[in-house]
Amino acid sequence: MEITKGNVEHVAELARLEITEHEKDIFTEQLSNILDYVEMLNELDTKEVSPTSHVVPLVNVFREDEIKEVLKKDEALKNAPEKEDGYFKVPRVIE
Amino acid sequence: MKYFGLKVHEAHKLIKDREISSEQLTKSIMDRIEDVEGIVHGYVTVTKEYALKKAREMDKKIAEGEEPGPLSGIPCAIKDNICTKDILTTCSSKILKNFKPPYSATVYQKLEEQGCIMIGKTNMDEFAMGSSTENSGFFTTRNPWDPARVPGGSSGGSSAVVAADEALFALGSDTGGSIRQPASFCGVVGFKPTYGRVSRYGLIAFASSLDQIGPITKDVRDCALILNAICGHDPMDSTSVSADVPDFTRFVDKDIKGIKLGVPKEYYTMQIDDSVKKETGEAVTNLANIGAEKVELEMPYTAYALPAYYLINPAEASSNLARYDGIRYGFTYEDAENLLEAYKKTRSSGFGPEVKRRIMLGTYALSSGYYEDYYLKAQKVRSLIARDFDQAFKNCDVIVTPTAPTVSFRTGEKIDDPLMMYLNDIFTVPVSMAGLPAVSIPCGFVNGLPVGLQIIGKPFDEGTIIKVASAFERMLALDKVKPLFGSYVRGGA
Amino acid sequence: MKFEPVIGLEIHVELLTNTKIFCGCSTTFGAEPNSQTCPVCLGLPGSRPVLNKRAVEFAIRAALALNCNIVDYTTFDRKNYFYADLPKGYQISQYFYPTGTNGYVDINVNGETKRIRIHQLHLEEDTGKLLHVGDILASPYSRVDFNRAGVPLVEIVTEPDIKNSEEARLFLQKLRTILLYTGISDCKMEEGSMRCDANISIMPKGSKTFGNKTELKNMNSFRSVQRGIEYEITRQSKILKSNQEVIPETRHWNESKGSTTAMRSKYLASDYRCFPDPNVIPLETDKDWIDQIREALPELPDEKQARFVKEYGLPEYDAEVLTSTKELADFYDETVTLFNEPKTVSNWFMGELMGLLNNEKVEITQCKVTPQNLANLLQLIDKGTISGKIAKNVFEEMFKDGKDPQAIVEEKGLIQISDTAELEKVVEEVVEANPGPVEDFKGGKKKALGFLVGQVMKTTKGKANPQMVNKILGDKLK
Repeated sequence: MEITKGNVEHVAELARLEITEHEKDIFTEQLSNILDYVEMLNELDTKEVSPTSHVVPLVNVFREDEIKEVLKKDEALKNAPEKEDGYFKVPRVIE
Repeated sequence: MKYFGLKVHEAHKLIKDREISSEQLTKSIMDRIEDVEGIVHGYVTVTKEYALKKAREMDKKIAEGEEPGPLSGIPCAIKDNICTKDILTTCSSKILKNFKPPYSATVYQKLEEQGCIMIGKTNMDEFAMGSSTENSGFFTTRNPWDPARVPGGSSGGSSAVVAADEALFALGSDTGGSIRQPASFCGVVGFKPTYGRVSRYGLIAFASSLDQIGPITKDVRDCALILNAICGHDPMDSTSVSADVPDFTRFVDKDIKGIKLGVPKEYYTMQIDDSVKKETGEAVTNLANIGAEKVELEMPYTAYALPAYYLINPAEASSNLARYDGIRYGFTYEDAENLLEAYKKTRSSGFGPEVKRRIMLGTYALSSGYYEDYYLKAQKVRSLIARDFDQAFKNCDVIVTPTAPTVSFRTGEKIDDPLMMYLNDIFTVPVSMAGLPAVSIPCGFVNGLPVGLQIIGKPFDEGTIIKVASAFERMLALDKVKPLFGSYVRGGA
Repeated sequence: MKFEPVIGLEIHVELLTNTKIFCGCSTTFGAEPNSQTCPVCLGLPGSRPVLNKRAVEFAIRAALALNCNIVDYTTFDRKNYFYADLPKGYQISQYFYPTGTNGYVDINVNGETKRIRIHQLHLEEDTGKLLHVGDILASPYSRVDFNRAGVPLVEIVTEPDIKNSEEARLFLQKLRTILLYTGISDCKMEEGSMRCDANISIMPKGSKTFGNKTELKNMNSFRSVQRGIEYEITRQSKILKSNQEVIPETRHWNESKGSTTAMRSKYLASDYRCFPDPNVIPLETDKDWIDQIREALPELPDEKQARFVKEYGLPEYDAEVLTSTKELADFYDETVTLFNEPKTVSNWFMGELMGLLNNEKVEITQCKVTPQNLANLLQLIDKGTISGKIAKNVFEEMFKDGKDPQAIVEEKGLIQISDTAELEKVVEEVVEANPGPVEDFKGGKKKALGFLVGQVMKTTKGKANPQMVNKILGDKLK
């Protein structure tokens, strides 16, 4: 299955990755090889097969609506690269 | 004293008999690390002060009369994708190079409660993506059997430090073979439990429907001890199962007469090195010689597991890794003009090439117009693979295969061809796809490099696996063979 | 060229559970930023979601109240996109199998019932709050508070059955009433526990093809929704009239300017790449569970309104007002049980009670008057112990202090004078003191009688029984 450079650019954008022109070329080739390889899945007729979306045969796993205090505010912010007055800081949103 | 060479159950006996202290044991490990870590490079972080402090505390408790449990005072290594509160947990990625979680993974809490002494966090392929630990964002770990070769991956650091006696045991994680394959390359025991046996709360996610935490140990009995400690339902992980946890040590040193060993022909005819094929073939024969029954199997969907896996794992990973945006933790690109730039530059400089590759592949497989043909298709094939195993297990108790198609390869040999690297996982991936338990145990050598035998069990039947593995180990006594560091290390083997 | 607007609404409602949908953090509004967070709702590496049972039950309850079919199997799915208020880089929602489908809400448009169909209702998690320092388009940086991240929401999507801004408002009001009845949310638009976006397009009258639609966001009250829709309809009409195309886009309502502006797409390319979240176990509902939830539903507004009309013989309008909140309706029901004159009670409600509640800005739940108190008051009027007019004053006292009417009447000596002899004496006095009006009345000015009655009332400080006074005066002056 051919994946074009355009596809690679689009997908990088969706994933918020910035890749160089050189990387685009390499990735396009590598991803094409991988997609070629996975083509073999089409040899299998899976029309009547249901997908495995969950491995364990469980349903209805719940918790009760009870408050549990796990993190203090300063612990929540501890790893924040930028913070101010108890908030996480982010660069401006609209470009 | 060379306590570092002890196994967990041996050390426990000595501690219990008050012949050695945890501090002595821990110091011995620290000395060993000083001697060989310069060659092995298995640790990202060594928590020396913390470990010694904990060891002393444990010794005090024991002195005051507390009866030591099987893991009390035992030094261990933890793979760096398992959260340890306030201690660096990096996934060997630049994007988390400064991350100290404010909470600990359930499995780590369990080990702490049972008195384990964490020696440090081990190196891995970045975000567990890889089969050689060469994808680590920091440095490459070396195989103690031959430092020019890889330890396997992604739990390469954990496997290497156990093989090199830099810890008495380690925890690793397995998504497509990341415990079993490095265990095979490093000549140690690596166990992936049934999906749902061990809580994933605090395990930094790679592919959520496949990830499992498991022990990497020097022998099968140690493995059983660790499984006892870490298995069990966790209300913080919805996918953790409430299955009874037996005492897995009950299955050690047992007779395996009459146990049916399934031998699927596909695993011995796919791309596999002849020498590995020979060693593992002999292993099966040996097991038959001590009473097990060999059963020929056909598992027609085996070859399709790997391609399906390489659609599912990147898809889930692409979503799991979306949270690394530099806002709440981790590396952030400082000079971004706006949020979009911040995302792109942070993620692009923080992630290595393999991670980027998988994120893109996964994003593609999930994207509009491709979801049915790729992700959904792969999940359907997954059902077929599970069916293969269901069918197979009607005729046997365990399935025995090689763990990997080769022995350890040279550093740099496969790194430029991702697909080539993925093919390392052909025997381990089907097991992960079906959520089954499996172990890799040493079964021989090829040119001085370890070969691993994979034993696969029915869901939640870790016990039978341990039985077979233990019997095999007893027979070959390979647990007594250690890598020779020889001339280039002060401490020797 | 006449245009027909086609409007659909998307409403998000925050559920009144104690904790978030996937973790045990509190959902209390107004806490210090980032003080109600944990590894799960912050999206820390290694954290895992666990589903809140009550959130599921609330969602089913809401879906039943909106006449939806309830799904029997559903997964929780990841909707992947990047935004600063979305900690995991995906939102867990129900993309493939929403909890409820094919529901409806009936609204009263100028006396006619119109049905607005509900396309679906599903459960999802809320995002954090992004606060712009300055205006969204110009702020140098933003701040994020994740207290709200993970709060359970139900999203309700209507079919494009709404034809104008008034219908939209009526729908929202009705929806709000229904949801308040179910108790699943406090539906406060000003606090953000109820939010509404609108999808608006217009097409030539009689056409079968929908025009391009715009999505309108940032309307923070019912009034804003109404104004926003009106503005958009006008704007789109102008565009089509000048033979141009309406651009399908997201627009931001500006309350102060009273206009909408195009927003650059938040998500750049909105390919959400949804797939079932492997960490959240699927939900299976069965008939027993759903029946249980259905049985626990209170009588809903439409049913209650119909009952009030049938059982109490109230006009539609009264019934609608009395059922506008569950608490008011319950208060009314109880009062009628104690004093079985539904129309009288209804008049008193719609006149005195609601008047005071509105003026003093008191909620019925905080009202000091109890149904028993009110029933007692109405009894006193009925028996003739006090006049209707005096009763109004007594009621004001009751409203202030929560005292029983009997006590107030006795304390203030307000018992109505119904003793004929006493009244005749006063009437005598008044007739003597007001010869002019007496002449006027005898001369045919009926109004003068009212004046004289008024004087009697004044003399007796309002305690005279007005009907008797009327009669006595009337007889005397014949």
